[in-house]
Amino acid sequence: MRTQDAHPATTAWLVVAGLLAFMLMLAGCGGGSGSNGEELTELGKGEGQLNLISWAGYVESEWSKPFEEKTGCKVNNKVAGTSDEMVTLMRTGEYDGVSASGNATARLFEGGDVDPVNVDLVPNYKTVFSDLKGQPYNTFDGKPYGIPHGRGANLLMWNSDSVKPAPTSWNVTLDPQVAAKNKGKISQYDDPMSIAEASLYLKAHEPDLGIEDPYELNEEQFEAAVQLLREQRSLVGEYWSEAEKQISAFANGDSTVGTTWQYQYFALREEGKPVAASPASQGFLPEEGATGWSDTWMISSEAEHPNCMYMWMNWIISPTANAQVAEYFGEAPAQELACEHTENKNFCAEYHAEEPEFWKRVYYWKTPVADCGNGAEDCKNYNDWVQAWTTIKG
Amino acid sequence: MATEAAVVERRSAGRRLADLLHRRPRLQVGALLAGPLGWLVIGYLGSLAILLIAAFWSVSPSSGELVRSLSFENIETLIDEPVYRTIVVRTVVIASLVTITDAIIAFPIAFFMAKVASRRTKAILVVAVLIPLWSSYLVKALSWRTMLSSGGIINWALEPLGLSGPGYGNTAVWLVMSYLWLPYMVLPIFAGLERIPNSLISASEDLGAKPFRTFRRVILPLAFPAVVAGSIFTFALTLGDYITPRLVSNNQFIGNVVFNNISTNLPFAAALALVPIVVMVGYLLVARKLGAFEHI
Repeated sequence: MRTQDAHPATTAWLVVAGLLAFMLMLAGCGGGSGSNGEELTELGKGEGQLNLISWAGYVESEWSKPFEEKTGCKVNNKVAGTSDEMVTLMRTGEYDGVSASGNATARLFEGGDVDPVNVDLVPNYKTVFSDLKGQPYNTFDGKPYGIPHGRGANLLMWNSDSVKPAPTSWNVTLDPQVAAKNKGKISQYDDPMSIAEASLYLKAHEPDLGIEDPYELNEEQFEAAVQLLREQRSLVGEYWSEAEKQISAFANGDSTVGTTWQYQYFALREEGKPVAASPASQGFLPEEGATGWSDTWMISSEAEHPNCMYMWMNWIISPTANAQVAEYFGEAPAQELACEHTENKNFCAEYHAEEPEFWKRVYYWKTPVADCGNGAEDCKNYNDWVQAWTTIKG
Repeated sequence: MATEAAVVERRSAGRRLADLLHRRPRLQVGALLAGPLGWLVIGYLGSLAILLIAAFWSVSPSSGELVRSLSFENIETLIDEPVYRTIVVRTVVIASLVTITDAIIAFPIAFFMAKVASRRTKAILVVAVLIPLWSSYLVKALSWRTMLSSGGIINWALEPLGLSGPGYGNTAVWLVMSYLWLPYMVLPIFAGLERIPNSLISASEDLGAKPFRTFRRVILPLAFPAVVAGSIFTFALTLGDYITPRLVSNNQFIGNVVFNNISTNLPFAAALALVPIVVMVGYLLVARKLGAFEHI
């Protein structure tokens, strides 16, 4: 009898092999989702639940509790740290909607992860700032794919004690000669989107390259921008990814000049630190303009609670809620009427919410794609940007 | 009557199972091991296998969705782009330096704990070595960030001597990692030294060996497997870390590049994650050659 039994080691290996085969089978399956591209035509009753993905500070009880009480939709929020994480989470199909920045929206659309929005079912959409509607990062195939939430510009900030005279151009961080004066003190955003900052600079200073849109770059334009950042590498004191990291570096003097968000700028001002940004005489931005971001609430193509999601999209751009979230997060609201409801009566002025002239010079983040409208499909896509960013940092 | 029959039946069912297991010992072992083995295979080997396979997938350039078909694109990029070689070399060099530093610092501490200290002091020292592990990794890394900043305590202390601290960079990463992983080196060496009988040391002295000779010919060979065991911890932990490099340097390590690619290009991240596995397997093979696993 005994001799007929398999050797124990063989048995164990058979079990291992069997389980592995089972795993691989599971890995092979899955996937295969798609958008039906249909928008909701009629708003029904709330489904009682709502699963959101958002930036930290976008869904807080201050304005989500009243929403729950009013609609009966219980809000389950998942905070994501980066645009990439948002895309990954949305692809699980377990969420109803997301507050996507412009560098995620096109990827979500291309992947069929989001549906168009029927803005007639979102009454507050009428009073959203008109320069936020119909933008390339929230409108695809001529249809709105989301509801604008708020926006911000990436400012040039400097330490007013040590950086003199006050800079008027991004050359203090990007021109190899000028920036050398700030060697080791430059603070650069640690993200592939920084390539757009360099190409925006080249757009103004190297007209021969023919850059029109800092996010649509052909091989030559892309290489020039990447080269500029490679030269900047040895001058950079710190690449920052978290706002707090940059605030501490400016507060203790490790960084004296660099790209920032309005949030860090005002936080440092409040701490009484000697920081400055472009003054009103320059339209609050360096002469080249600036990159920026504009966030959009999008609805998942696999949303299980579409009615609640529509109610949420209408709620978050209602005057009071939009004012609350904008003030809490530190961004310009999307809702015109929100400016009357902010606690700080100066808030909309500080963040230039009502100045279309300011926003005309802001190039909102968007996903770089190969098909950039010239028919040749020769633009660098986001994956190229990510790889290039790794080589820049070295 | 009915309940009694049920009890009998239940008992007989249990007994039948017991009989079955008794008759077939292989089945008994199989049932016992199914849980842990399944966990090991699915949880560890399975995910490793998927990682290996994912390294040969790619992503569609337009939508960024996974394309599940064989391609060597990722491995080629990894080999052709000089930046990835630089990053791999940087990571391995720092991991080696951290390991050597920790071994040099840990050995005397562990030796004192195991052979010199009294029972009471020994207990206190073990607790002292363990205490840093009680606080969060992030708190420790962030404290180092503050200490190393230009206006930080290290520069403040060195200023009167006309010196300045290392600032942020590779040196800072080496320093912080060496600090973070030191307990993982001290404890295995301490355990290894404790197992060396004192009589061997006495015998060496009786035979006329000077202290250094006793150390070199008796203690070190016996404790060496423990040092190698500790070095596996420090080396592997440094190889995989990506938070410390982010906090105290601008340099990228393998973990940082994996992190940057994980959501835009998962297959490439998987291909990169193979590098530490290959390095670790090589390291373990060398460690086995050196006899690190002989006494396990």
